[in-house]
Amino acid sequence: MLEIRGLHASVNGQEILKGVDLSVKAGEIHAIMGPNGSGKSTLAHVIAGRPGYQVTAGSVVYKGRDLLAMPPEERARQGVFLAFQYPVEIPGVSNVYFLKAALNAIRKHRGQSELDAMDFLSLVKEKAQLVDIDESLVKRPVNEGFSGGEKKRNEIFQMAILDPELAVLDETDSGLDIDALRVVAAGVNQLRDPGRAMVLVTHYQRLLDYVVPDFVHVLVEGRIVKSGDKELARDLEARGYEWLEAPAPAARS
Amino acid sequence: MTPLAQETDLYRADFEALAARRASAEPGWLARRREEAMGRFEKRGFPTTRDEEWRFTSVAPIARTAFRRAVPGPGVRGRAADVAALSLDHVFDGRQIVFVDGRHAPGLSSIEAEDGLEIRSLADVLARQPDRLEPHLGRLAGGRSSSFADLNAAFVEDGAFVSIPPGLVTDRPIHLVFLSSGAGTPDPVVSHPRTLVLAGRASQATIVESYAGVPGAAYFTNAVTEIAVEDGAVVDHYKLQRESEAAFHVATTAVVQARSSRFSSHSFALGAGLARNDVRQLFAGEGGECVLNGLFAVAGDQHTDSHTFIDHAHPHCTSRELYRGILDGRARGVFVGRILVREGAQKTDAHQTNKNLLLSREALVDSVPQLEILASDVKCKHGSTTGQLDPSALFYLRSRGIPEAAARGMLVSAFAGDVTGRVRVPALRAGLERHLRERLPGLQDRDMQEAVL
Ligand SMILES: Nc1ncnc2c1ncn2[C@@H]1O[C@H](COP(=O)(O)OP(=O)(O)OP(=O)(O)O)[C@@H](O)[C@H]1O
Ligand SMILES: [Mg+2]
Repeated sequence: MLEIRGLHASVNGQEILKGVDLSVKAGEIHAIMGPNGSGKSTLAHVIAGRPGYQVTAGSVVYKGRDLLAMPPEERARQGVFLAFQYPVEIPGVSNVYFLKAALNAIRKHRGQSELDAMDFLSLVKEKAQLVDIDESLVKRPVNEGFSGGEKKRNEIFQMAILDPELAVLDETDSGLDIDALRVVAAGVNQLRDPGRAMVLVTHYQRLLDYVVPDFVHVLVEGRIVKSGDKELARDLEARGYEWLEAPAPAARS
Repeated sequence: MTPLAQETDLYRADFEALAARRASAEPGWLARRREEAMGRFEKRGFPTTRDEEWRFTSVAPIARTAFRRAVPGPGVRGRAADVAALSLDHVFDGRQIVFVDGRHAPGLSSIEAEDGLEIRSLADVLARQPDRLEPHLGRLAGGRSSSFADLNAAFVEDGAFVSIPPGLVTDRPIHLVFLSSGAGTPDPVVSHPRTLVLAGRASQATIVESYAGVPGAAYFTNAVTEIAVEDGAVVDHYKLQRESEAAFHVATTAVVQARSSRFSSHSFALGAGLARNDVRQLFAGEGGECVLNGLFAVAGDQHTDSHTFIDHAHPHCTSRELYRGILDGRARGVFVGRILVREGAQKTDAHQTNKNLLLSREALVDSVPQLEILASDVKCKHGSTTGQLDPSALFYLRSRGIPEAAARGMLVSAFAGDVTGRVRVPALRAGLERHLRERLPGLQDRDMQEAVL
């Protein structure tokens, strides 16, 4: 589903990703761990198409197509979803208002009929219940005045509404209490399906107790220095990253 | 002959011709006020950018154009359909008085009688009951008037006269509609609409003033509106300016608030190639409340200038001011908001905010908040910011599948929404939102319009 090869990317002329290789197949869940500043969010942003990142080498192929050639909205319509590490507050734009526009843009692309206000609102009700988020909250302006946990829940709520094929969750578990964490995990597990794939960026084993990954990768200084299965995450939890920190070029199992 | 004299000459000639025609048909006080206003106008001429009040706005294009006074004629009638299309009938509920090229158009107006409420043409009042106007006309705007207000006073002929009797609470908005046909003579025309609103003690009313012109028509609207808000009265005033982009619009709204009165102004400056709007307010008694909101949204080569002046001349008054500007293309915007807290105006509570959004590199805005405090026990604050669309917000929306243009549109609408959202006339709010979508690129995306729940 997603093939990343030799990806180099810079921000403001500073190289952050220094040759990332990652292959994600439909049905798989991958976890990406790594120290602060190692480039995890940069990778997530490059996948989602955030302007301001220069890809200097390498390729990202998604469902057989060149992902890097698509504008962000096109990626979303092709089924890519990014849950932001720091969700943006947008005063004056109602959450459901923009989600309806987003969902209908995606549905149109998929050749599905657009949802009217009634159908959309019942979908909102259903998904809000699923991720245990207050319905009044999702009708407010996007993330404005939300607590950290509410913002993360809102990301999962949006994911549930938009029903992506490839979801990248950037530290959606950080800063959550255990109840909220269970909600996030339930949201992820609910999407788990042979036709979909997920990339979880996380610092903690906690989430991986609920959402068991097929692969775990460690990103250090812009390279994946080690890959393994769920046991690798346990090792990292116990031993930290120091024992890995000599980046082997393009290491991959 | 100095250039100044040339610019005012034409107006003098017109003035003389009119005075001769009127002869003694007019009361002496009015003829005198005209003559005085004309004298002041000639003495000062048109302002230049050397005048502090006009630093950011050159009116040279107005000064050097030989405008003719609008006269009703076949031209206007010939374009009646164009003009009627500009009327806001389809938006509003029909209680409106319409003026075309500055003159009352009874055929387009519809006014229902209501317990002593008067909505009339000023020309009618001037002809039949001129003495009723004597205490007011030119008195509210006077003393601190601009050259343009003087010019208006010299040529005043018609406009709206609204009198709300004491104690009357009227719910439905009163619409004053000023349309320009752009026709009538071969040369661009000027009209000097004059509006007087008298809100009696403890009365309550909503006034919507709107200005529009046939698209592409070149003309000059030089308007003055005077509003007297008596003790305990409540007036909500809306102004919607969507003149033709080839037009000039210069206007002053002068408001005097008596004791414990409430006044709100919502000014939307969207049209005209060159627009200048002044709101001049005075607290003439204690305990008043004043809200001045405004939105200017311009694109292309438009220039729009909003000046406001709030005069806290008495204690215990509250003012809240919020102006927002949206500028695209090579447009230029100006906001100058002056708040004067006079000596002795204790317990004044004044807030002023101006926020501007630049949508292009070439757009430009000048923002000058001026707070002048001469009293000691007051609460005042002001702030001004100018910025671009937040790239993070834009990316966030796009990452969910919203096309870039629609995402920009949502953010711009949200920015404008802080002002449009305060409009309490639903039809006007809807009309405004539609107009903004049509006016600003990026707001035209269907996805977004359909997204409204
Ligand atoms: N816009 C930017 N301009 C300059 N440097 C940036 C920019 N964005 C990120 N960086 C730098 O890129 C590096 C990687 O950042 P990134 O956010 O990808 O790390 P991360 O692995 O997600 O870290 P964390 O675990 O703290 O979220 C950091 O050194 C960061 O300072
Ligand atoms: Mg990060």
